[in-house]
Amino acid sequence: MADVNLKDVKPTITVDARGTYCPGPLMELIKEMRQQPVGSIIELISGDAGSAKDVPEWLNKVHQEFMGVIEETGYWRIFSKKIKEM
Amino acid sequence: MSKRVVIVGGGVGGTIIANLLAKKMRQELKKGELVIDVVSDKPEHFYQPGLLYMLFGLKHHDELVRDERNLLDPMVELHLHPAVKIDKDKNEVHLKNGVVIKYDIVVLATGSRPAPEMIPGLREGGHWFYEVDACLKLRHELMTFKGGKIVLAIGLPHKCPVAPLEVTYMLDDWFKQRGIRDKVEYTYTYPIGRLHGLEPVAHFAAKTFPKHGILTETLFNMKEVDANKRTITSLEGVTLKYDLLLTIPPHKGAQVIEDSGLGQNGFIPTDKFTLKMEGTTNVYVVGDTTNLPISKAGSTAHFESDIIVENIASELREGLTPFRYDGKVFCFIETSLSKATYIMFDYNTPPNPVAPSALIHWFKLTYNKVYWLTPMGVL
Repeated sequence: MADVNLKDVKPTITVDARGTYCPGPLMELIKEMRQQPVGSIIELISGDAGSAKDVPEWLNKVHQEFMGVIEETGYWRIFSKKIKEM
Repeated sequence: MSKRVVIVGGGVGGTIIANLLAKKMRQELKKGELVIDVVSDKPEHFYQPGLLYMLFGLKHHDELVRDERNLLDPMVELHLHPAVKIDKDKNEVHLKNGVVIKYDIVVLATGSRPAPEMIPGLREGGHWFYEVDACLKLRHELMTFKGGKIVLAIGLPHKCPVAPLEVTYMLDDWFKQRGIRDKVEYTYTYPIGRLHGLEPVAHFAAKTFPKHGILTETLFNMKEVDANKRTITSLEGVTLKYDLLLTIPPHKGAQVIEDSGLGQNGFIPTDKFTLKMEGTTNVYVVGDTTNLPISKAGSTAHFESDIIVENIASELREGLTPFRYDGKVFCFIETSLSKATYIMFDYNTPPNPVAPSALIHWFKLTYNKVYWLTPMGVL
């Protein structure tokens, strides 16, 4: 999905993990992915550049949808969708 | 007319807030201008970090429990009946005995608990040490363990994020002391692609685990446990065999939070700076009860409590809430049965563990003994 479309996406939940070193952005996403119902769109805001790589890698492993990432100044907005139970 | 502050929860956060507020607003309490209530579902206050030591026989249950009434300031009223409903629109806390307490300000300090039922088969096939009975059961298993495969698996969210590392290092040392370390294959799994959520701590673990012969499996999130086959399978499709499954189950918040519609799985959407429930002006949230993406730890509740108390006092006296939580967290990390390190961080400062030492370990053991001064609002 292109960035232009992502900006119009209305997430089910937004997790702002900026400045939170523990447990960390990916752990927050895993938690939400397990808790939210199928069909939910989760926006993860991370100040950690590594998240833009870690998140799609994990989503791929668990067969959930990586929608894309918007790079803002000093942080990343990462969008994913829960497409099946887990 | 007097004001009423009701604190739901008698754990570390709720008790600190009650005591500090009673101290800070002593004159108002004496004049009858303020009433402080604590609502708790049990008469005891339990020091949860002590469970890690109880697992190794280094602490006894009696050392980890105090009477909540004795910890609370005499001017704080204690209601030993579970809260069954919190009505934030009517400013009411409903107790199981039918009593309804009206409040001007409420503090929700209901905590979290391990919820092994969230993972199929975990209750039947796994062990954990985050609850007294489960800890004693695991202790018995360890005492009779002659060797084999141990797998450590971790659910999300969970409190005390450094506990998986601590129990790993301590078990390694304990098996060595018992002379069976060479008969134990220990696999440490972790939900993300490194060994801990905190990057410097993950580096520390990556450097030290090989020296201890600890095997690792990252990107491992519990999906199900087969107690008959003694296997655990991850969401990522990896299955591990075990002889002893040690876990930190995923946690849930209190049922009353869910039942009151305040937050999914018992965790409340909270402003990271004001610690007020989002969309409210008189509902504070502390410790594990928040949905904040920060460590669920006693020290988090402690530092948050200081801010909440200052803001409640300031609000009642002058209608202002100027204080902001900066995300401060402090955690000791046991790195064996005789050494420890620590980490401290906030929203703007990443953690940086120092070299482990016996001194820090002794400091932790000392804190275990003097912990009671923390809920009393002294330390």
